[in-house]
Amino acid sequence: MIAGATAGFIAKHLPVLVVLVPLMAAPACLITGNRHATWAIATLASWTSFALTVALFIRVAGQGPLSYSLGGWAAPFGIEYRADALNAFILPLIAGIASFALPYARGSIGRDVEPRQQNLFYSALLLCLAGLLGVTITGDVFNIFVFLEISSLASYVLVAAGGGRDRRAFKAAFDYLIMGTIGASFFVIGIGFLYMATGTLNIADLAHRLATAPADRTVRMAYGFILVGIGLKLAMMPLHQWLPNAYSYAPPAVTAFLAATATKVSLYVLIRFLYTVFGLDDPFEAQTLKLLVMPLGIIGIFAASTVAIFQNDIRRMFAWSSIAQAGYMLTGIALMTPQGLAASLVNIVNHGLTKGALFMAVGMLTLATGTSRLSDLRGIGRTMPWTMAAILAGGLGLIGVPLTAGFISKWALVSAALDAGQWWLAGAVLLSSLLALGYVWRIVETACFGKADETRVIEPVPLAMVIPAWGLLAVSLYAGVQPALIMEGANAAARSLLPHLTGVGG
Amino acid sequence: MADLIRSIAGHYNYWMFVILMMTGLFIVVSRGNLIKKIAGLNIFQTSVFLFYISMGKVTGGTAPVNTGRAGEVYSNPLPHVLILTAIVVGIATTAVGLALAVRIKESYGSIEEDVIEDMHRTERPA
Repeated sequence: MIAGATAGFIAKHLPVLVVLVPLMAAPACLITGNRHATWAIATLASWTSFALTVALFIRVAGQGPLSYSLGGWAAPFGIEYRADALNAFILPLIAGIASFALPYARGSIGRDVEPRQQNLFYSALLLCLAGLLGVTITGDVFNIFVFLEISSLASYVLVAAGGGRDRRAFKAAFDYLIMGTIGASFFVIGIGFLYMATGTLNIADLAHRLATAPADRTVRMAYGFILVGIGLKLAMMPLHQWLPNAYSYAPPAVTAFLAATATKVSLYVLIRFLYTVFGLDDPFEAQTLKLLVMPLGIIGIFAASTVAIFQNDIRRMFAWSSIAQAGYMLTGIALMTPQGLAASLVNIVNHGLTKGALFMAVGMLTLATGTSRLSDLRGIGRTMPWTMAAILAGGLGLIGVPLTAGFISKWALVSAALDAGQWWLAGAVLLSSLLALGYVWRIVETACFGKADETRVIEPVPLAMVIPAWGLLAVSLYAGVQPALIMEGANAAARSLLPHLTGVGG
Repeated sequence: MADLIRSIAGHYNYWMFVILMMTGLFIVVSRGNLIKKIAGLNIFQTSVFLFYISMGKVTGGTAPVNTGRAGEVYSNPLPHVLILTAIVVGIATTAVGLALAVRIKESYGSIEEDVIEDMHRTERPA
């Protein structure tokens, strides 16, 4: 009886519970204080949240979009939480990565944060998770801004948590704060223009009103501000300056979590605005995407991959590779076809899994050796063969070798480009893989063929780090061998966003 | 000409928004002092508040309180409510930024960007 009532309650409030569980667990961590208890609360909250997102995904896949009126105030006046094929597809990735990152943090955070402050760290991580989930599930554009700032403020703190070991983390967090706030302010100015033009903040209502009215200068201003603001948050090529430092100096668990989720959520927001809100019927909007975002994406792929080859710090190398990967996703979005969009969505998930696992493995390496400089890691493959194997497996995923998750997303992007008749884009994507091969090869060369330092001290890696890292790697490898589920989810999401284009090219 | 002046004067608030926004952004980009950067960021955010508040104002409108009198013109309260949230976000951002500046000062002994960059250069051998 009670179980039935609980199940009914959860089913009824599912969309809001996804956000509420981590949001409420964060102050609980703050009050509890004890680091073991707070870790348990945080992990439990993220696992619960993950289970709820999976339930939401299954329900949306079976019954179609789900709308929830916050506080019982009906949309468009109240705030609506709306789960459809697109965000129900992204949500499990965010909560899932957090579910791996929290056990991993237990093993690694002792290096960066004092024991008595660790409850604050877990609170910040949960707030960041709640913010990211909130951005993804909400159907109200101003609510997106609020949740985006919750997650961003928490992530500045999380990056600065690396300052105990390396003071450069403080400066990295400060720069991230400045850039992130400028991005968020641009975004909120864009929302202001949208409100001026339409008088509504609800996404579905906005989409309806913008589709029926011809686009004027106010709407175009909104489009520009939102594109730049979100471009900053997702590290679109000329706006990427904050990312390499933030990823390099943050604690390993934070880097793994942020690299796999934060920029991905921003990409989701971009997709939501471009395809649902603006709809790209206005030639100005479509041309901007084609003539600005697409070239920036391709420049990003080549420039960031080239910079990655010349990095000596292994974390910084993979941070630059993340900027290049954002380029692939932007290119897919800018193709404006269901296939291109589906390719980007597949890449968001596959790259999230791969990069998360990769940064976890790199974290193990730096914890054991005390350095992340390639020049100090010569011959490390002989002393730490398993960790290097994990890094190599992730690296192969970045190159896009068959049977890895990265191959699936590159294949999807290349075939989408060919379907759209952009053969040169397909060529560019394939060519850029050689650059990824370049930086992964540098690691292999140093680790396996370098002369080992006999005096090197290797510290044991806690099992709490090893298990989540290999677990996440296993998920990413599985996504490479059995891509059907992710492909179907991405295709369904892309079809729901571009219904008037279904059937083009199959 | 008269139209142009009327257009400029009529959008007085929006011109102030643009000027404040550009001033704030310029300070953030051009100053090396971290506290000044935060001050610039604050000016930039304040300009956004002004933008939202101006948007909700209806000419001749009063405060949006239901007095029961018919035909009363009142301003749109929604942008004003929204900006209350944005002000809170702005304060939180400033607090985090200042806290980071304190930690930077503690560990580097300076809040000047070029001094910190110099230290980085000597810290990390090429």
